[in-house]
Amino acid sequence: MAQPNPIQTFLLEADDLLATIEQITLDLDGATADIDTVNQLFRAFHTIKGSGAMFGFDAVASFTHHVETALDLVREGKLSLSPVLITCVLGAKDQIKALLDEAQGGPAAPAGACDKIIATLAGLSSAKASHDNHTKPASTAPIPTPGAKQAWKIKFQPNSDLLICGTNPIALLDELRALGECSVEACTGQVPPLDQLSPDRCHFSWDIALRTTADFNTIKDVFIFVEDGSTLSITLASPSAVKISPTPVPATTQPSPATSEIASAPATSRVPAPAPVTATPEAKAVARKAVAADSTIRVPSEKLDRLVNLVGELVMNQSRLSQVAARLDTTELTSPVESIERLINELRDNVLGIRMMPIGSTFSRFKRLVHDLSAELGKEIDLVTEGAETEVDKTVLDRLGDPLIHLIRNSLDHGIELADQREKLGKSRRGTLRLAAAHTGSNVVITIQDDGKGLDRDAIRRKGIEKGLVAPDAVLSDREVFGLIFLPGFSTAKQITSVSGRGVGMDVVKRQIDTLRGSVAVASEVGRGTTISLTLPLTLAIVDGLVVAVGDDQFVIPTSVVMENLEITRDERAAFNGRHAVAVRGELVPYIRLREVFTMPENEPDLEKVVVVQHAGERVGLVVDRVLGSHQTVIQPLGRFYRDISVLSGATIMGDGRVALILDVAGLVRLTETTALQTVSTS
Amino acid sequence: MSKTILTVDDSASMRQMIAFTLSNAGYEVIEAADGREALTKLDGRAVHLVVTDLNMPNLDGIGLIKGVRVIPAYKYVPIIMLTTESTDEKKQAGKAAGATGWIVKPFRGEQLVAVAKKLLG
Repeated sequence: MAQPNPIQTFLLEADDLLATIEQITLDLDGATADIDTVNQLFRAFHTIKGSGAMFGFDAVASFTHHVETALDLVREGKLSLSPVLITCVLGAKDQIKALLDEAQGGPAAPAGACDKIIATLAGLSSAKASHDNHTKPASTAPIPTPGAKQAWKIKFQPNSDLLICGTNPIALLDELRALGECSVEACTGQVPPLDQLSPDRCHFSWDIALRTTADFNTIKDVFIFVEDGSTLSITLASPSAVKISPTPVPATTQPSPATSEIASAPATSRVPAPAPVTATPEAKAVARKAVAADSTIRVPSEKLDRLVNLVGELVMNQSRLSQVAARLDTTELTSPVESIERLINELRDNVLGIRMMPIGSTFSRFKRLVHDLSAELGKEIDLVTEGAETEVDKTVLDRLGDPLIHLIRNSLDHGIELADQREKLGKSRRGTLRLAAAHTGSNVVITIQDDGKGLDRDAIRRKGIEKGLVAPDAVLSDREVFGLIFLPGFSTAKQITSVSGRGVGMDVVKRQIDTLRGSVAVASEVGRGTTISLTLPLTLAIVDGLVVAVGDDQFVIPTSVVMENLEITRDERAAFNGRHAVAVRGELVPYIRLREVFTMPENEPDLEKVVVVQHAGERVGLVVDRVLGSHQTVIQPLGRFYRDISVLSGATIMGDGRVALILDVAGLVRLTETTALQTVSTS
Repeated sequence: MSKTILTVDDSASMRQMIAFTLSNAGYEVIEAADGREALTKLDGRAVHLVVTDLNMPNLDGIGLIKGVRVIPAYKYVPIIMLTTESTDEKKQAGKAAGATGWIVKPFRGEQLVAVAKKLLG
């Protein structure tokens, strides 16, 4: 396996951190910040800065530094998290993202934005001047003559904490010896009598004579970690004054006994026992937690897709095997085949489970959207989310973002009124947008609910008549009226804003939800608000289907839309003068004959079956030859060549190895409607 | 026998980079994502050097240093802290807690190896 690239890791990590930043910041919005949250925010920026600088993202690092400085002041309580600062932090987050993208070859980050944010931050934290002082000690180094050997006299009396801080003085002396000829003399004058001697204190000091080509700073660097609290003098000596003894003075080895005693000290019970004992339970808990944290693995989604595909193939082959086993009917074969079936089903459920992601990550994206949009529209709006932990297939989740953005924009723009207007209507000034997700069976229902003015039934109807979508005298149910807003080119907004109202949107939403095999429903009450519910399948990889046959071909209708099955005779078909409608408990239900759609005229049976399905709140019958039974199938997408076929959503391989096409009910209805309209207009 | 270094950082990329650098220099490297996890890794195994970030969740670098210094077996293990230029007080706090040395971010791999060599002898 190739060595993982830390830069790649950093970019992934930065993405996560930026998402965290945004989430924290939006959570803070309005609320009073507790110190933990601020710390978390600070740490996120800190890591981006530190790691960014490490991996060559200097622009990111230097920019992030300013944000970090401001947040540090917040941590110290010198600065409050004002809305201005929060906006600034959000802006900074976007800017960092842009800078990172730029560094990866993306478009250039907006140039002025950095300076603007920095200026705002500087304005907020003008009191910070004392903070940035670099306390780099100015070295009063004598200027060395490079190249020539010089004699140095070094006196080093370490801080007595030296050993406790993990420094080994012998290593320091060895380091000096590596620089040149060196003689070390230990001064033992400070060593206390035995009864007062503490083995983890350093009581020695050293006088060192060194002849080296190294300059002052190189020598000083040897002591870099120990010079604070120690007495260190490094002086240039006249060569004659420095005597280098050829062998180390015995005293130099003096520290060794002390250190070796220290090394053995931990083994003895010199240290009070209670400390480790009390630490143990906590340590165990920590260990468990660490294990849990380690058990998350990042996997590229293609790998998962491949796995799902493989499992799909496995499921199909298994079902063929089961059929063979059933035909042969030998106990020797059936029993292992049954075990395999059980195992494979479990495997399938588990593999599909891997792809499930909580919808919360998508929801949190909208917090920002609502925050920004309400500011832009001058409205006061709270976003409330529910069911963030609801799990949905990643593919569904990925394709859900756009439709949801459309719907939220619509609610914010057209639904919720301005604060003053709301007050006049006796509502609270702040509008609420509720975003909720919940499981119902094998579906997930997402509702977008606002407490705004609701849909204007009459206005929609008028508009529908105006656009020729509805007959002027038609009596429409609420559902039918609200359904109009999903038709292409329909917008009732009196003025077009930058947020929404271009008349594209709702029909796009509808289409996108359709491609996800989902449905949209609208409920609205004037003055109380609008609720839009999206019903979506949990996964796109598997469908519970009703297998039907037309001629020799098999088709799969997703069970989620199937309502009931009926029979229809040739006479009944003729009874409505060839109009495609059937009476179901006194109500007329239009039907589509698959034979006609797929042009398969031969061998029409006398008795056909009608599968009544639900589409956009209406019932539609699909006429087939036979209904074979229900079947859980793994959906195989059709190749690129067949992508434009709207009436099919995929294919699956049946147990006997034959291919069955999966019907897309929405596409079928659309196709039939278009052909019907064409027939009407040409006749 | 090669020496073992424990690297503690909440940033996976930093850990990766440090681990990569140090293992290329011939050290055994074990990793921990924060101070608390680091303490669980100090379970009696031989650890010759700890390289820790200061800003971390759960238990920060200062807390880790203090924690290490009270475990008898690791009381004298050299500890390097990673700081940024703006955290000079942090450096002092780290030293007071018992850090042996520090490296200022950003640093190059060679610098890290040099400091590790210096402290490991």
